[in-house]
Amino acid sequence: MTAASKQHASTKESNYLTAGYGVRSWLLTVDHKRIALLYLISLTTFFSVGGLFAVLIRLELLTPQGDLFQSETYNKLFTMHGIFMVFFFLVPSIPAVLGNFFLPLMIGARDVAFPKLNLLSWYVYAAGGLVTLFAMFAGGVDTGWTFYAPYSSTYANSHVILAALGIFITGFSSILTGVNFIATTHRMRAPGLTWMRLPLFVWANYATSLIMVLGTPVIAVTILLVAIERLLHVGIFDPALGGDPILFQHLFWFYSHPAVYIMILPGMGVMSEIVACFTRKRIFGYKIVAMSSLAIAILGFLVWGHHMFVSGQSMYAGFVFSLLSMLVAVPSAIKVFNWTATMYRGSITFATPMLYALGFIGLFTIGGLTGIFLAAMALDIHVHDTYFVVAHFHYVMVGGMVMAYLGGLHFYWPKMFGRMYHEGLAKVAAVMIFIGFNLTFFPQFLLGYLGMPRRYHVYDEDFQVLNVLSTAGASVLGLGFALPICYLIFSLKFGKKVGDNPWDAAGLEWTISSPPYEHNFHEIPEVTEEAYDYGKREAARV
Amino acid sequence: MSTEHHVTPLRVYFTVFALLLGLTFLTWWVATIDLGAWNTTIAISVAMTKVMLVVLWFMHVKYSNKLIWFFAAAGVYWLVLLFGFVMTDYLTRLPVTGWGG
Amino acid sequence: MSDATHTGPLAHHFETLEQQNETSAIGMWAFLVQEVMFFGGMFACYIVYRHMYPTAFLEGSAHLDPLLGGINTAVLLGSSLTMALAVRAAQLGKRGQTALLIGATVVLGLVFFGVKYFEYAEKWHHGLVPGLHWAPTGNPDPHLHIFFALYFIMTGMHALHMVIGFVLMAFVGVRALRGRYSPENYIGVEVLGLYWHFVDLVWIFLFPLLYLLSAHLGGGAH
Repeated sequence: MTAASKQHASTKESNYLTAGYGVRSWLLTVDHKRIALLYLISLTTFFSVGGLFAVLIRLELLTPQGDLFQSETYNKLFTMHGIFMVFFFLVPSIPAVLGNFFLPLMIGARDVAFPKLNLLSWYVYAAGGLVTLFAMFAGGVDTGWTFYAPYSSTYANSHVILAALGIFITGFSSILTGVNFIATTHRMRAPGLTWMRLPLFVWANYATSLIMVLGTPVIAVTILLVAIERLLHVGIFDPALGGDPILFQHLFWFYSHPAVYIMILPGMGVMSEIVACFTRKRIFGYKIVAMSSLAIAILGFLVWGHHMFVSGQSMYAGFVFSLLSMLVAVPSAIKVFNWTATMYRGSITFATPMLYALGFIGLFTIGGLTGIFLAAMALDIHVHDTYFVVAHFHYVMVGGMVMAYLGGLHFYWPKMFGRMYHEGLAKVAAVMIFIGFNLTFFPQFLLGYLGMPRRYHVYDEDFQVLNVLSTAGASVLGLGFALPICYLIFSLKFGKKVGDNPWDAAGLEWTISSPPYEHNFHEIPEVTEEAYDYGKREAARV
Repeated sequence: MSTEHHVTPLRVYFTVFALLLGLTFLTWWVATIDLGAWNTTIAISVAMTKVMLVVLWFMHVKYSNKLIWFFAAAGVYWLVLLFGFVMTDYLTRLPVTGWGG
Repeated sequence: MSDATHTGPLAHHFETLEQQNETSAIGMWAFLVQEVMFFGGMFACYIVYRHMYPTAFLEGSAHLDPLLGGINTAVLLGSSLTMALAVRAAQLGKRGQTALLIGATVVLGLVFFGVKYFEYAEKWHHGLVPGLHWAPTGNPDPHLHIFFALYFIMTGMHALHMVIGFVLMAFVGVRALRGRYSPENYIGVEVLGLYWHFVDLVWIFLFPLLYLLSAHLGGGAH
């Protein structure tokens, strides 16, 4: 009897959703799948809060004058948008939701290595989120999500310490998740599941965990130092007290640049799963795609100075950081080439997850290439702190990471809940998001190149046409994001029931029931195949 | 992992402890002599030696598998990255005569 | 674990005790790497400011007593020894000895705190606590407060880690007394040991970098 048929033997038994009822069974659960859903709910909440701020920002920018908000209020709007989106959505999103749910399933484990720690990490995340929400209701922060000193540590008249505390706390959630994933990947793999047979999603999450563990503590201590300086007026970063504000930037970007790889790497992992499944092919150059994840994790720590070309950093250091920044584009490009090569002569199905994957390839490429522009010192000085930068990182973060997140959510939804969403609506939403996104952010490249600075609520009248386009795009984008929330929730009750493997996908996660049993596997499976054996499946089908 | 079953003899623990105390005395003694920039170099070298003693014997890395070595090395490597690149900036700055003063 | 399908010390999601032990050790090491970077951020500040203000650091260090720092170093190294011996006792299945040695580690940690309290009180008395009580006498270096800010932040963070260590030691010590560990399953003591040795490692660097900078100038003067 094969592992797969054994798992089918008792499909009737209760799954993780029906294993216990009531609030208590959810809030005290140590089941990685339930914790993933707790994360899903809280992340969606914070995404909506961040999105609300984005709506207000785009409304204000509809006209060149400051009609809706004072500049102080506007500063708080973009700060809170950044803080919620970066620290409470983008960083945890894929690892905490899809990673928590699927990492143990993909490696044939009954849970992550430290289930209680996993639950703790959710509580820590929620606590950090509540503190930051409290800071928002108390009046907000106006430093920008980057908390640059000495403004944040001395001069800002907003709730810097509260918001910083919220981020500090949430950082521990990241670290705990990272530690958990590293131990899980090293020691919880099923027999026969060697490193070179791991799904690329696992590789990507492993690399992400390394960055979380190595980078997050540095920003924790940096935030702590800002708070200490603000509370006690000791000189650490404030030049008036003998401190060096550029040191703050070094420490801040030591984490915050690798943090963009925390955001994008798991998305790349999801991409590999989707592309392989919907082209019915093994990922082209599996090994090099796996290694490029590690390369990104390592090289990602060598480039932070490209955020500081105009800060007063030594220009020699600038040279080094500029060169190394070019280098980190290589592993990302390898991934894009290999997905494209995987699609070549594949039998491609344009299901919703694949639409998001195609969107990712296009948008991430634009985002990545403009990143190289910005890594070139001469051009960076021209477009520094303009909308060009804003457009660049939204192409990577929204066009890359959010696309992958939504693609992954649609891909794994039937496995998570045993029901399928409305495919037609899902396709409409995917197309709306793609069009809305481009309409929002492409004009911002032009605006930035023409010289419109970021973080101002008024602008030159010449820029209005492009800003109106951008706001129009944002409305389409907003509706596009609202749509999945509706039809996905609707599908929980009314969606068509699906079998264990609706996409006919490869991987251990698809061999168990949908939704999975409480302890995932009745018997730990033995792996004898490489990942993505779609060739065999297709041959068997004929 | 061999850590789980390797019981280090008492003698080894006490020897390592004696060496650690000796090195602590050495680092103080050297610090009392003016050697210019060498003072710091020696202080750091002695500290590194002490760290090696603690990590290898007290923390059992000597008897641990490659993975633990890898983690220990990763910690050192990333620390060097942080210090190295930060100082790349400070050491190549044009001279400034202090801040704000 | 309430939902365990196995009984005894093996949690439901592991296949063997060995797997469980290895996983815990790896988890602790990954966490320690995180700790290295946490202190690394502070050491980076130390390096940069010592590079910028060498005289302030010399003067600041002269306010610290290498003898007290040295005694504390020896005390903390001793606590590392007792901790290592506690792990050894657990390996051999001697539960009373394990608990006793963990207790000794706590006592040595408290001695360290006693000396530290004396040092902090003395700094307070001399007005050398930036932000709270800053009134250095004489003609202090204009950046002296940066040295002391770093001194208090770094030693303070180190002390905070020791306090966390005390809590963990109380937990593990009680479990040891109750016979929860055996020669096959003593990973709780082992990872506690790893954590405590790390705390010791931080101090090994703090001692020469804070206390000994001006020892060659006839150090220890106040």
